[in-house]
Amino acid sequence: MAASTAVIGPPEGRPPSDLRQRRRVRSSGSLGDRLFRSGARTSGLLVLAIMTSVGLFLLLRGYQALSAVGPLKFITTQAWDPDIHNFGIAAVLLGSVFIAIVAIVVAVPLALGTALFITEIARGWLQRTLISLVDLMAAVPSVVYGLWGLFFLQNNVVGLAKWISTWLGWIPIFTVTGADPSNPLASDSVYTASTFVAGLTVALMVAPIACSIMREVFAQAPIGEREGAYALGATRWGMISTVVLAFGRGGIIGGTMLGLGRALGETIAVYMIISPVFTIQPHLLQAGANSVSALIALRYGDSDAFGLSALMAAGLALFVLTLIVNFTASIVVSRSRSGAQSEV
Amino acid sequence: MAVTSPRTVLKSDEQPATAARPRRVTGSLTGRDVADVVGALVSALCLAVLLFGRLAPLSGGFGFVVVAYALFLVAYALLASIDRPRNAVKDKVATVVMFSLAVVLFVALVLVIVYVVARGVPAARHLNFYTQDLSQAGPLDPLTIGGAAHAMLGTVWMLGIALVITVPLGLSCAVYLSQVGGPGSRVLRTIVEAMTALPSIVAGLFIYAMWVLILGFGYSGLGAGLALAVDMLPIIIRAADVVLRVVPGNLKEASEALGAPRWRTVWHVVLPTARSGLMTAVILGAARGIGETSPVLLTAGYTQYLNANPLRGPMVSLPLLAFHLVNSSQGGYIDRGFAAAALLLVLVLVMFAVARVLGGRGPGHVTRGQARRLARRSAHDVLRFTSPTRFTPTRNVPVDDLLSFGGPTPPEGNS
Repeated sequence: MAASTAVIGPPEGRPPSDLRQRRRVRSSGSLGDRLFRSGARTSGLLVLAIMTSVGLFLLLRGYQALSAVGPLKFITTQAWDPDIHNFGIAAVLLGSVFIAIVAIVVAVPLALGTALFITEIARGWLQRTLISLVDLMAAVPSVVYGLWGLFFLQNNVVGLAKWISTWLGWIPIFTVTGADPSNPLASDSVYTASTFVAGLTVALMVAPIACSIMREVFAQAPIGEREGAYALGATRWGMISTVVLAFGRGGIIGGTMLGLGRALGETIAVYMIISPVFTIQPHLLQAGANSVSALIALRYGDSDAFGLSALMAAGLALFVLTLIVNFTASIVVSRSRSGAQSEV
Repeated sequence: MAVTSPRTVLKSDEQPATAARPRRVTGSLTGRDVADVVGALVSALCLAVLLFGRLAPLSGGFGFVVVAYALFLVAYALLASIDRPRNAVKDKVATVVMFSLAVVLFVALVLVIVYVVARGVPAARHLNFYTQDLSQAGPLDPLTIGGAAHAMLGTVWMLGIALVITVPLGLSCAVYLSQVGGPGSRVLRTIVEAMTALPSIVAGLFIYAMWVLILGFGYSGLGAGLALAVDMLPIIIRAADVVLRVVPGNLKEASEALGAPRWRTVWHVVLPTARSGLMTAVILGAARGIGETSPVLLTAGYTQYLNANPLRGPMVSLPLLAFHLVNSSQGGYIDRGFAAAALLLVLVLVMFAVARVLGGRGPGHVTRGQARRLARRSAHDVLRFTSPTRFTPTRNVPVDDLLSFGGPTPPEGNS
């Protein structure tokens, strides 16, 4: 008896009815579940169809224009006259890149310093207010920044542009042709509507975006390593430079790249400020600049079917550029240690 | 005794020494720091004035600020290094640099808001700005005639159309990505991620070529809504996907352990848990959509007349109106353009605040009213489970009696 109670349900004693079939663990049985799955899958497919049709349409229509002039000529031509098949993105794409570079050069130090200030120095209500303000400014429409850049910044920044071109004019990118700093009565209009002014406006637009990404990554820097640095006698800056910045490097690069992607695609603020030119304009402070998106906004209305194809090819080139920037950013962020918890 | 006495002496020797040591200040700001900053500031200003006025051929307001700031940093580093080691000097200078970068950014950002709102007030304070369209108002008419009612209506239509498309599609797509999965979801996630890089003007160009020209619908509010939808869809999907993925796995497992099919788990557990996050995703997507100008510019056309029909005829939205009015470079129109931009800014501000309030509560946090409702439902369940006869649940059973002894705390806390 004792043996039979110890061995619960001996296999040879099991009645044949107990030899059940192996239970199915798949859960696709119920009708509701099947409906749910197919519904979700349908909407996924729908989104996929929309997204790919946008991409394919751009590709097909853009290809039409691209094949008419050949890719090499398309990349190297500066003019934009689709009617006589003489067009290319050399001037506009470089213009976009110049504006984005100015924006990033200005925005990244501001964003980095502000993100560090918010996470490491500010405390309590100040910290909360600043976080809200930065996140809010990331949601402000670009037309608002454009208005501000056109009416406020442009008038106030002419002095700075003049100062830079006067004292740093020997550096080629800061040269302003036609400017005469020794003549106090000279018009300031050579300094307005420039890559520099557009870049500054876009900088203010992308700085909150970059800042809020950097801030989130910095705030995740592991507390154990922070305390460890302090315990080893580090000052606050010592701790920041060895722990927070090292930990947040992925976030800094990711935030910068995301800001760059946004700056490359910005339309309205740039369009409001620049006066378009169709040559490569390496003089950042000089009036006249251009960008791909401003070109599209400028020319879509008076374009025939072929002109639209040409614009789509330009838009496609911009899209590819932003895509590269964004994917690089997401790879950098996912490969880095940022966001991972420390072992301590 | 000879052994113990030196010990006590040692102890009594040490204690007064530690007690006499001044209490360490653990706060980070001391009078010395303030004095350093003020001193460096004054000396930098004086030096800059000297440089600009007498010694060097420098001029210009911005140059003065740049030079003065550089001098300030040098003077501050010098002052700090009088009695501090190098590391501490670096720390002080770095703190000041971070502080000033933050001040520059915040001053600029606040200036953006204040400037646009201040320029918008003259036109926006007249009631007619909200009730009339621009058809009667020429550029030289006073601000008491004409307004942005047509743009407000247009914004409502366009954003409404875009939301009607993006919210069901975006949320169900996010559910597919995070809850159903499969090999297709990985491809889709990559494509959605890629499409967030699509410049908004290219989305507008797509709808312009496809909808306005090839399909021949012409400029309309519907076209603008579609362009906004193409623009907003990847943003909403990505934000919602992130929110749905962080729903705790044990909640889902608990639901499935109770035998719930997958769709019930998603409908009753996953979506309610992520509700505030999903609302935030939608509102932030809408805030992005309401301010987008470039897709609307290409697809909506421009009109000064009130057009209530989104299917036919050009329509205008607030950002587009601001853009067109300011581009006209005529005084009265510029004022109205600023007013439209200020109105837009206020709308975004309100949406952002709502998103903040909703997103501030994490999953599982409920308001007092929700807690009461939950408690009532739970008490109802208790009654149903414990009743000896087969209990047919009716909504108007006075189950509040059950709650009266427990006070406001839910009964499941008592058991």
